[in-house]
Amino acid sequence: MNEKTEKLIDKKGIRGDGRKVDELRPLKLQVGVLPNADGSAYIEHGKNKILAAAYGPREMHPKHLAQADRMVLRARYHMAPFSVQERKSPAPSRREVELSKVIKESLEPALFLELYPRTGVDVFIEVLQADGGTRCASITAAALAIADAGVPMRDLVVACAAGKVEDQVVLDLYDAEDKLGSADVPVAYMPNLNAITLLQMDGILAPAEFEKAVSMAMDGCKKIYEIQKEALKTKYMVVKETDKEIEE
Amino acid sequence: MPTFFEKKQLVTPGELLAEGDYLPGENTFVENGKIYAERIGLVDSDNKKVNVVALRAFYVPKMGDIIIGTVTEVGFNGWTVDIKSPYTAMLRASDVLSRPFKPQNDELSAVLNAGDLIVAKIASYDRAHDPQLTVGEPGLGKITRGQLLRVTPTKIPRIIGRKGSMISMIKQETNCQIILGLNGVILVTGKTPEEEEVAIQAIRKIEEESHTSGLTDRITQLLKEKKQPPQPEETQQ
Amino acid sequence: MSSLVTKVKVKQIEALLEKGTRMDGRTLLDTREIKIEQGIIEKAEGSARVLLGKTEVVVGVKVETGEPFPDTPKDGVMTVNAELVPLASPNFEPGPPDENSIELARVVDRGIRESHAVDTEKLCIEEGKQVFVVFVDVYVLNHDGNLIDASALAAMAALLNTKMPNYEIKDGELKIKQGYTPLPMKSHPITVTIGKINGKLVVDPALEEESVMDSRITFATNEEGNICAIQKGLSGCFTPQQILDASKIALDKAVELRKKLNW
Repeated sequence: MNEKTEKLIDKKGIRGDGRKVDELRPLKLQVGVLPNADGSAYIEHGKNKILAAAYGPREMHPKHLAQADRMVLRARYHMAPFSVQERKSPAPSRREVELSKVIKESLEPALFLELYPRTGVDVFIEVLQADGGTRCASITAAALAIADAGVPMRDLVVACAAGKVEDQVVLDLYDAEDKLGSADVPVAYMPNLNAITLLQMDGILAPAEFEKAVSMAMDGCKKIYEIQKEALKTKYMVVKETDKEIEE
Repeated sequence: MPTFFEKKQLVTPGELLAEGDYLPGENTFVENGKIYAERIGLVDSDNKKVNVVALRAFYVPKMGDIIIGTVTEVGFNGWTVDIKSPYTAMLRASDVLSRPFKPQNDELSAVLNAGDLIVAKIASYDRAHDPQLTVGEPGLGKITRGQLLRVTPTKIPRIIGRKGSMISMIKQETNCQIILGLNGVILVTGKTPEEEEVAIQAIRKIEEESHTSGLTDRITQLLKEKKQPPQPEETQQ
Repeated sequence: MSSLVTKVKVKQIEALLEKGTRMDGRTLLDTREIKIEQGIIEKAEGSARVLLGKTEVVVGVKVETGEPFPDTPKDGVMTVNAELVPLASPNFEPGPPDENSIELARVVDRGIRESHAVDTEKLCIEEGKQVFVVFVDVYVLNHDGNLIDASALAAMAALLNTKMPNYEIKDGELKIKQGYTPLPMKSHPITVTIGKINGKLVVDPALEEESVMDSRITFATNEEGNICAIQKGLSGCFTPQQILDASKIALDKAVELRKKLNW
């Protein structure tokens, strides 16, 4: 795609940002960060900074979108104009529309949609800073926001990408690898149920490399899952006071 | 037939709780014969039944439940009521007026207006229809005074206590009337604001510490302390 | 995109799948009959009509000149757009593209782009200034399921049918000359979509199967047997094993189709 730049992986197998091929970027997760939302979460995954909020289940607006036999999940993935090097227009791009759809579809398998007919849950995702792998980080945060809203779930959904850089399969691509690498495979996963809920790929991979990338991404997911569970528990162990709300 | 939890352990959605000869209780689900948690909460088992006491949930209407709601809209033949649930409730004019309702004579907003609070009972509700309310029983109807507070609906049983022991104690010690809406809305009405405040503090304490043991003793203690004139150094946990 | 299907039909479809067959008599791994006609729109530089069973898609390719993207100054531009025109299905409505048509366009685009099917380097007229822009417009005319594969096939057939005007540069200006040359192509990706119904994987799902399937997965593969694009869709999930099984089915299917199409 691009001509010679600096090597993305050196001879010792160390990547441009100092990681090994199967190493995740640093991860920080926080639950219950937005007081107005029924549930919310914040994720820092490498330099990605993303907020997710869940509202509902609540009456659907507009009403005709309600389904008689199931709950409707809506997701909106949106990038802030200042989240990338060149200002991004705030109007939703085709990419954002597609990502909103696949993110929604990655979360739906975790929900008992048939239990709450005629209602809707809205998940809003704002990417404040993007550094490669925003759809995965968004899913990880969105699942926490939904759990924090008290919506029953089969499992938390956690996501992570693997890809191919300098002829090697690597875990969790950051921006430069995403742009210059030869393949990217984002995977969303429900670890306890061993179910893949999102899988996309672009680039070129031999079948064996694809198999390796999926299994590497799943291993990454399992590691993030532990951090995700901990973040959810932390909110309910520490910040009980903020749960109060007195109404007049 | 193993279990995978300790009593009162904090679990997250998707966590495996038990396998084999156990029954799925509240906030759990079964997949391939295994019982998992579906909400963040504390696991408990009673005999063979595995329950999760959810730390966060929303109210799903059930027929016969007493709830507290806010009138949000006055319609042609009734009121729309927000009951802090995914489903909006309706209260029919005929239920309140207890006679056939005549749109040309009856000004509904004079009976109940937007913003009014009511204690009501869920008269009917199913998957296809929004809940209908009734106020046609003693103790139900418009609320005119008192203080409201809101808790996660799953905490209401803790506030009630075993056979109502907790709530009767609070009522007795504070001289307050307390209505526990099963939708998580609570009305406290006392003779003085101070008494109401004590009752609210006790309820908040139960909400926060519902998963700890010896709670009854601590609530008793709190109520006793508050009954005496406040002491300068007293700090409240 | 799915419409309501009666419970009886759901049971029927599931029961047939258990026996290894489908409503239209296919096995789980059969693709519906494919018909391709090229050059059907004379005013377009390239065009094709594809019938995949009763699903019908027309793709027109227009070639114009324009500026390259700043990050790829030496490459021509290729874009895919998809329209779910209202005449194709009672469920399609007029208006701006919705998430379904955007996803369709982007999945078709990804297969062509990532396999480097169009040799965009050869579409450069003047580096950084002027390049050929190839517009691929997917028009769905009848929706009977698996729009992705039908559209991807039609897009490739139209691109293979596309002729570019001959040109020369005189005094920094583009002059169109007599005659045409074919659009430079490097690869022929083949897209195979697999649906999951009740745990069973079925190739090329028809509309009534789409309305009962809980998830689908699409693989675009190239001549070398490499995977160049994947898209999982719908609100169900796959086990890791099902993903691998699906990828193998897609690769095998692509080989078979490649022979049939002589791509």
